[in-house]
Amino acid sequence: MVLWLLILIPLLAAPLAWMGQQWSRHAARWIAIGALSIDLLLAFLLWSQGHRFQNSGHGSWLLESHTSWIPLWGISLHLGLDGLSLVLILLTAFLGLIAIAASWTEIQVRVGFFHCNVLLALGGVIGVFLAIDLFLFFFFWEVMLVPMYLLIAVWGHEQRRHASFKFFLFTQAGSLLLLVGIIALALLHQQVSGRPSFDYADLMGLALKNEMGWWLMLAFFIGFAVKLPAPPFHAWLPDTYTAAPTGASVILAGLLAKTGAYGLLRFTIPLFPDAISEFAPIAMGLGVISILYGAVLACAQTDIKRLVAYSSISHMGFFLLGAFAGTELALQGAVMQLVAHGLSIGALFMLAGALQERLHTRDMRQMGGLWGAVPRVASMAMFFALASLGLPGLANFIGEFLVLFGSFASQPFLTILASIGMVMAVIYSLAMMQRAFFGRQHEIRIEADLSNSAFGTLLLIAALQVLLGLYPRPVLSTTMPVMGTLVRLAPPSSHLTRPPVKFLPSSNSFTSHVSAP
Amino acid sequence: MTLQDFIALSPILDLGAFSIVTMLVLAVRRHHATIALVSFVSCLLTLATLPWASTSTPRTVTALLIVDEYALLYMGLLLSATMVVISLSYRYLKFHFSEQEGVEEYYLLLLLATLGGLVLTASAHFVSFFLGLEVLGVSLCSLIGYLRARRHPLEAAVKYLLISISASAFLLFGMALLYFESGSMTFRGVGMVVEKAQTVPGLWLGGFVLVLVGIALKLGLAPFHMWIPDVYQGAPTPITAYIATVSKGAVIALLLRFATDVGALKIDALAHLFSLLAVSSMVTGNVLALFQQNVKRLLAYSSIAHFGYLLVALLAGGAAAAEAVTFYVIVYCAMTLGAFGVVTVYSSERGDAERFEDYRGLFWTRPWLAAMLTLSLLSLAGIPVTAGFIGKFYAIAAGVDAGLWWLVLALIGNSVISLYYYLRLIVTLFDEAPAPATIPQGPAVQSTEAAGWTAVFSLGLVASIILLLGVYPGPLMEFIRDSVSNLLMVAGQRP
Repeated sequence: MVLWLLILIPLLAAPLAWMGQQWSRHAARWIAIGALSIDLLLAFLLWSQGHRFQNSGHGSWLLESHTSWIPLWGISLHLGLDGLSLVLILLTAFLGLIAIAASWTEIQVRVGFFHCNVLLALGGVIGVFLAIDLFLFFFFWEVMLVPMYLLIAVWGHEQRRHASFKFFLFTQAGSLLLLVGIIALALLHQQVSGRPSFDYADLMGLALKNEMGWWLMLAFFIGFAVKLPAPPFHAWLPDTYTAAPTGASVILAGLLAKTGAYGLLRFTIPLFPDAISEFAPIAMGLGVISILYGAVLACAQTDIKRLVAYSSISHMGFFLLGAFAGTELALQGAVMQLVAHGLSIGALFMLAGALQERLHTRDMRQMGGLWGAVPRVASMAMFFALASLGLPGLANFIGEFLVLFGSFASQPFLTILASIGMVMAVIYSLAMMQRAFFGRQHEIRIEADLSNSAFGTLLLIAALQVLLGLYPRPVLSTTMPVMGTLVRLAPPSSHLTRPPVKFLPSSNSFTSHVSAP
Repeated sequence: MTLQDFIALSPILDLGAFSIVTMLVLAVRRHHATIALVSFVSCLLTLATLPWASTSTPRTVTALLIVDEYALLYMGLLLSATMVVISLSYRYLKFHFSEQEGVEEYYLLLLLATLGGLVLTASAHFVSFFLGLEVLGVSLCSLIGYLRARRHPLEAAVKYLLISISASAFLLFGMALLYFESGSMTFRGVGMVVEKAQTVPGLWLGGFVLVLVGIALKLGLAPFHMWIPDVYQGAPTPITAYIATVSKGAVIALLLRFATDVGALKIDALAHLFSLLAVSSMVTGNVLALFQQNVKRLLAYSSIAHFGYLLVALLAGGAAAAEAVTFYVIVYCAMTLGAFGVVTVYSSERGDAERFEDYRGLFWTRPWLAAMLTLSLLSLAGIPVTAGFIGKFYAIAAGVDAGLWWLVLALIGNSVISLYYYLRLIVTLFDEAPAPATIPQGPAVQSTEAAGWTAVFSLGLVASIILLLGVYPGPLMEFIRDSVSNLLMVAGQRP
C-alpha cells in the first residue's frame, strides 16, 4: 500500500494544485512541495527500514503489492521496490522539489496548471520505477509523456512547438517499439505455458530462442535508448532541453533520462541474458560514441542551455558504458552516475535558467565577466562545472571512475576512448565558465543576484554532491544486491563469465518465491 | 417462426415498430423536443430487449438472419451510439433550424438508419446483407443533405448517393458471381464450395473481390476513400459522427462475420488483398491528414487510418482477431463520438466551428470542452489512460500473435505519424487565446450548461467510457471474448 501511496500522492495532488491557483498566488507551489515532501519522507522511511532485506538481492523485493487487473491477459497491478528503485525514487522526489524551486520566479502564468503537470509527470516517473508488471510499466511510461509535452508546449521558450513535437514523436516511436516487444514477450509466455503474462517474474523465466530474443532485446534497447538518449536516437534532446522551461528541463534531464536508464537495468539486461552477451560490446560502443559525440558538440555550443544538454548526452554515455560492462563495479558506477548526473544537471539547468531570466538571452557570446555582477550564480556555476567535469571528491567522479575502472577488464580499448571524454569535459566546462563569467564584462545591466531561497537550494544540492563524493556508501550499498544479481544474470563475453548453471536455480527459486503468496 | 424466433428477433422488430410509432406521433404532434424524446426512448427500449433476446441465442431465424451474442453486442453498440447522436443533435438542429421548418423527420430517419444497421449485424445471407445496407444508406443519404438550405450538405449528399449506388452495383455483381459458383446465398454456403473443392474458382474469387470493393467503399478504405473527407465535412456534424460510428460499425460487424463464415483469410490471395487494403488505408489516411486545416477533414482522414488498423487486427484471423476488432470498434466509436461531439457542441453555439483557428486557445476559455477534445484525440492517438491505447494494444497483440510483423511495424510507424496531426490540434487548443474582442461578451460567458444538458450528459458519458475502458478494460474484454467465441463456434459448425 505504501508503494501505491508513493505514486498516488503526486497524482492526486495534481488537480488540487490546479485548483489551488484560485486560492492564492503560491498555493499551487506549496501544494506541489507538500506532496513531494511527503513522498520524499516516505521514501526515506522505507530506506531506513529496508536494510534488513538488503542481502536477499534481485527478485526479492523490499516491498511488494499485487492486485489483479486484467486477468484475461495476465496483467496485474504489481509493484515492487528494491534498492535500485528506492534510490531513484529518492532522486525523483528530490529533483521534483528542485524543479519547483527552479520555476518559482520563472513561471508566472497558469501557475496552477503548470504544477498540475509537474506532479502528473512525477507521479508517472515514480510509477515507472515501481512497476514490475510490464504492462503497468508501459502504462506509467506513457503517463509521464503528455504532461511533459504540455510543460514544453505551453511554457517553453521560443521554438517550443517544434521542440515539444520532436520530443513527443521520438519518444512515442521508441515506446511503440517497446510495446511490441512487451506484447511479443507476453505472447511467447503464452506459447510456453498456455497463458499470457506480463509479470516480470514470469517473463524472467522464459528461455528465448536466439534470433527472437535478439530482435526483442533490440526493441527493448531502442525503446529505452531514445529516452536516455544514446546516439543515434538523441536528435530530439538538444532542442527539447533548450526550449523547455527550467523546471521541465530539470525533470527531463534529471528524471526522464533516468527512466530510460532504469528500463535498461531492470528489463533489457536481465530479460535477455543471451542476446545481451552478444550485444554488450555494441552497446558499450554506443556509450563511448555518445560520450565523445556529446563532449565534442558541447565544446562547440554558444547557447549555454544547449551546452548543458550536450554534456548530458556525454554523461549518460558513461552510464551506457557501465551498464553493459557486466561487472558489478561498473554497474555500481553506472547507478552512481545516474544519481550524480541527476543532481549536477539539475543544478546546471537551474543556473542556466537563472541567467536567462536575468539576461534574457542564453547566448554566451553576449555574456562575459558576470562574476562581478552575480557572484552567487557564478560561484555555484563554478562548483557544478567542476562537479560535471568529474573533480575528485564530488559525486560525478565516483560514478565515472567506477565505470571506467569496472569496464576496463572487458573492453580496455573502449574504456581508454571513454576516458578521453573526461578530458573533453574539462574543456567544455571550463570554456563555459570562461565565456560566461570571466573575461571582459559586456554592457549588461543585471538587477539582482540569486535570491536566498534559490541560493539555498543550490547549496543543498552542492552539499549532497560533496557528501556522495566523499561517502558514496549509502547509494552503493543500497543498490549493491540488485547489481550483484544483474551480473550473475547477464554474463558478458568477458573472463568474468560464470557458469550458467548458477543462474537457473536462482531464477527458479525466485519464481516460486513470488508465486507462493 | 416460433416464439423463440420472435424473442431472438425482438431488437429488430422493436426498433421497426418504434419507427412506426415515431412516425405516428409525428403526425399527431409535430414538436421537436417530443420527437427527439420519443426516438431516444425508442432506442432505449430496444436496448432493453437485448438481454431478453440473448436468452434464446444463438438462433438462426429464417435463412436470412443469425441472432447470436456477437450480433447482440454490436446491436448494443449501434443503439448506444445512436442515442448519443440523438442527444447531440437536439441542440445542433435547434440552432440551425427555425421552429416551423420541419426538423422532426430527422429523428425518424436516424431510427431507420439504425434499423438497417441492426439487420446488418445479424445478417448471414446476401439478401439481408443488401437490404440492411440499403436501408442504412438511403436513410443516411437524406440525413446528410438534411440542412437543405445549404450548399455543402447537398453536395455531400449527392456524393454519398453516388458512392452508395456504385457500392451497391459492385456488391450485386459480386453476389451474382458468388451465387453462380456456389449456388447459395448464405455466407456459409458460399464458403463451403471452396472448402469442398480445395481450390478457388476464378469467378468465385472475382465475386468476392467485388463484394469486398463494395464493403471497402462503404467503410472508406483506401483507395476507395475519396468521398470520406467531403462527406464528413459537408454533413451536419452529428450525422458525421453517425456515419463514422454507427454506419461503419455495422459494416465492420458484417465484414467480420462474412470473412469468418466464408473463410476468406485462409485463401492466400485474399489475405494479401486485405493486407494491401490495410497498409494503403493507414498510409493514405495518415499522410493526407497531415495537411489538413479543417478539423472535420482531419478526423475524416484519421478515420480512414483507423480502419486500416482495424484491418490489421482482422487479418490476424481466429479468436484473437475477432476480439481485437470488436474491442477496437467499441473504443473507436467512443472516441469518435467524443471528438465529433465536441465539434457539434461548439458548432451549435457559434455556427460551424471546423477550422483550426476556431479552436485556438479553447483550453483557456472553455476548459471542459477542450479537455474532452484532448481526451478524445489522445485516445485516437493511442496514449494510455485512454481506451484508444487498449484498442491499439489489442490490435498489436493480435498482429503479433499471428506473426504479421510487417503489418505491425506499419501500424506503429503510422501511429507515430498520426501523433503529429493530433498533437497539432491539441497544441492549438493550448495556444494563446485570440483577442477576446472576437468573442461577443454575452454568450462568451457560456458555461457548460449553455452547451445543452443533453449534450453535456452524453459527452460526459462518452468521456467516462473512454477513461474507464482505458483504466479497467478487463470486464469488457471478458464479455467480448464470451460473445465472440460464439461467432467462431457457429462458423465452425458447418452443416
